[in-house]
Amino acid sequence: MGEPLLALRDISKYYPGVKALDGVSIDFRPGEVHSIVGENGAGKSTLIKTITGAIEPTSGSIRYNGVEMSGMNPIYALKEGISAIYQEFNLIPSLTVAENIFYGRELGGRFMIDRREMNARSSQILSQLGVNVRPQSLVKDLSVGFQQIVEIAKAISGNAKVLIMDEPTAPLTSSEVEKLYEIVDKLKRQGMTIIYISHKFEEIFRLSDRITVMRDGKYIRTLQREDTNRSELVSLMVGRALGQHYPPKASRTGAAVLEVKGLSNPQVNDISFTLKEGEILGIAGLVGAGRTELVRAIFGVDPISAGELLIRGKRVKIRHPMDAIGYKMGLIPEDRKQHGALLNMDVKFNISYASLDKIASFGFLHKKKEKNLATDYIAALAIKTPGELQAVKNLSGGNQQKVVLAKWLATQCDILIFDEPTRGIDVGAKQEIYALMRNLVGENKSIIMISSEMPELIGMSDRVLVMKEGSLTGEVAGDEMTQERILTMATE
Amino acid sequence: MPIRAILVKYGIYIVLLLLVFFFSVASDAFLSVDNLLNILRQVSIVGIVAVGMTFVILTAGIDLSIGSIIGVSAVLAAKLMLFGVHPALAFVLTLVAGIVIGLVNTYFIHEIQIPALIVTLATLTALRGIAYIITGGLPVYGLPEGYSFIGQGYVMGIPVPVILMLACFAVGYFVLEKTRFGRYVYGVGSNEEASRLSGVNVRKIKYIAYCLSGFLSALAGLVLLSRVNSGQPTAGTGYELDVIIGVVLGGVSMNGGEGRISGVITGILIMGVLTNGMILLNISEYYQLVVKGAVLLLAVSLDYVSKKRRVKVAHT
Repeated sequence: MGEPLLALRDISKYYPGVKALDGVSIDFRPGEVHSIVGENGAGKSTLIKTITGAIEPTSGSIRYNGVEMSGMNPIYALKEGISAIYQEFNLIPSLTVAENIFYGRELGGRFMIDRREMNARSSQILSQLGVNVRPQSLVKDLSVGFQQIVEIAKAISGNAKVLIMDEPTAPLTSSEVEKLYEIVDKLKRQGMTIIYISHKFEEIFRLSDRITVMRDGKYIRTLQREDTNRSELVSLMVGRALGQHYPPKASRTGAAVLEVKGLSNPQVNDISFTLKEGEILGIAGLVGAGRTELVRAIFGVDPISAGELLIRGKRVKIRHPMDAIGYKMGLIPEDRKQHGALLNMDVKFNISYASLDKIASFGFLHKKKEKNLATDYIAALAIKTPGELQAVKNLSGGNQQKVVLAKWLATQCDILIFDEPTRGIDVGAKQEIYALMRNLVGENKSIIMISSEMPELIGMSDRVLVMKEGSLTGEVAGDEMTQERILTMATE
Repeated sequence: MPIRAILVKYGIYIVLLLLVFFFSVASDAFLSVDNLLNILRQVSIVGIVAVGMTFVILTAGIDLSIGSIIGVSAVLAAKLMLFGVHPALAFVLTLVAGIVIGLVNTYFIHEIQIPALIVTLATLTALRGIAYIITGGLPVYGLPEGYSFIGQGYVMGIPVPVILMLACFAVGYFVLEKTRFGRYVYGVGSNEEASRLSGVNVRKIKYIAYCLSGFLSALAGLVLLSRVNSGQPTAGTGYELDVIIGVVLGGVSMNGGEGRISGVITGILIMGVLTNGMILLNISEYYQLVVKGAVLLLAVSLDYVSKKRRVKVAHT
């Protein structure tokens, strides 16, 4: 253990209305594996981006090798030896391993590339990592595990001293994971600083020397691996009071309105659950747990390979969103800009888009009915817009979300699926959306809500399903609905 | 409304008026009923096809095969009539052929997911070859007398092709502005995935758009056949360029989801007036091409630049 190679002091990053990082101070030492853990939205990615220079902190300082870093940018950071490996690899599939390792820093003269030298050096680095890959192989022909190793080799060839790895084992098979552990151990022994981000406790306890917990953009604590255990980490990760006020919950819920039995497809595994009339059913899980994939399968966006759906006791086949809408379902997608709204079109166009059959006779649109539909919902949902002819892209996030919601309410659907309903929305608009959701179930509609915000999930849901890696790990209700319990079920 | 906004919104109409004004002054022969009808007749083939192309481009697609569909339709109808098929039946069969070509185009574009540019480039090539095969490379003569009415006849003093073109524009306007289907065309072009998630049958919309393009191209081919009174296998060559220029000039965005029929009519007329005016002023054909290209570039640049300014303002 030595002096900190990389020292973050009081790093803060503010976005309008959001404190992504709030006074974070961490030391990273040479020759250690330092893990950072925290829930979705704790600030891990933002922190990494300030270290690699992709984002400039609003305040605070970064000292690297004893020198204060200012005006960091990714190119500079790379030169200084700070490298990062993300889940989406930065490789060029059609080029060779050696070409990728030296991409942007090719060896040779001004015009010619010295392939022989590149291949030789690549072989050196690869054997250093204990890997047997021909430098002349094309990256696209390699398995994901080997591609990741090429990424690591690329970092090493650039003389990386700090290597950041963001959820590296997500795409790997178990044998590839073992190989990765060996490489991480090797690199550590060679003096590299490895900043490791993962949700998987097995890995964290297998690899780390020290573990830092973050929560809500704040630094919480750094612990030695030997001195802590999973439950302590979990309680540090969630240890907040619930704070915000949520509308009172349902006093009673009705009969089953949607039953999912044994639903499977390449992304989700044998899911079964029931949605009752008048309830808000939350779905919790980490990124990649399959929540969005589950609702997309139910809504007919992605195909199902096994399982059945019943609506009010009747078996139904949903192969396309058209079918789902026919059964009075609606889906407010996670990415409202790409999938929810037609940004270039106006509010009126968007609100009426899924209910054109209701405002048309024999295929001809009633312009007056359409205008009334729009103005009615603008009023009902308090959508802040200069008018129904305003392009949706000009509205704020919260109001865009309300437009998408209005579109579905206009279809008179009974079952609404919200995927991250208040992501990127300010506090005021959030409260409005919560109130709207409670009103809807008060009218005996039923809601499925995916959320990564624990307080919201617990505050709004009557019951919560927890998913992990494509399967359902359990269900909690009433007193059991605590952040610790849910997070534990999402990660065990 | 501020001057800039007026220019942006009514720009092409102003350009058309300016051109008409300019040529009326520059040439005595321009502003006569005969000449104006001439212009309309000259653009009618391209105009009919432009309606179909508008639907396709609105869905964020493109149909480069229209010129070859015109050619195949002309020679197919000619050969059928030569073999004794009644002109009305030949007419209908040819229109059906146009629809079938549209089906083929859409199949490869939507089901196999090959970019529309490539698919219609391929059909453009193959269909031209088929046109040559049908005729053995030679023009087809000897059409029945009655058939010349479609391309050369008049109804109440107005050439039939012009009536057909105006009818196509009217129906196109009506469908795009006032029907559910028209709404979905705009929606699919604006955001195909969001449309699918909103329950729109994207597949159906695309099939209809390309089949409409095929149908109208076949109609244009039938009109052309009647005008020149012979089935030329080269008929329609290069027309896709004129059609696309007219459509883009009219404000239809290649990205889909944006543009109106009223703009397309104006775009087509601008090109027609420009061509006619330059002929009357004895400007050589070569210069005409340069002018056409320059007009397109200028018009689209103005549109894009003004859009960027609008976006900047919206964000401040």
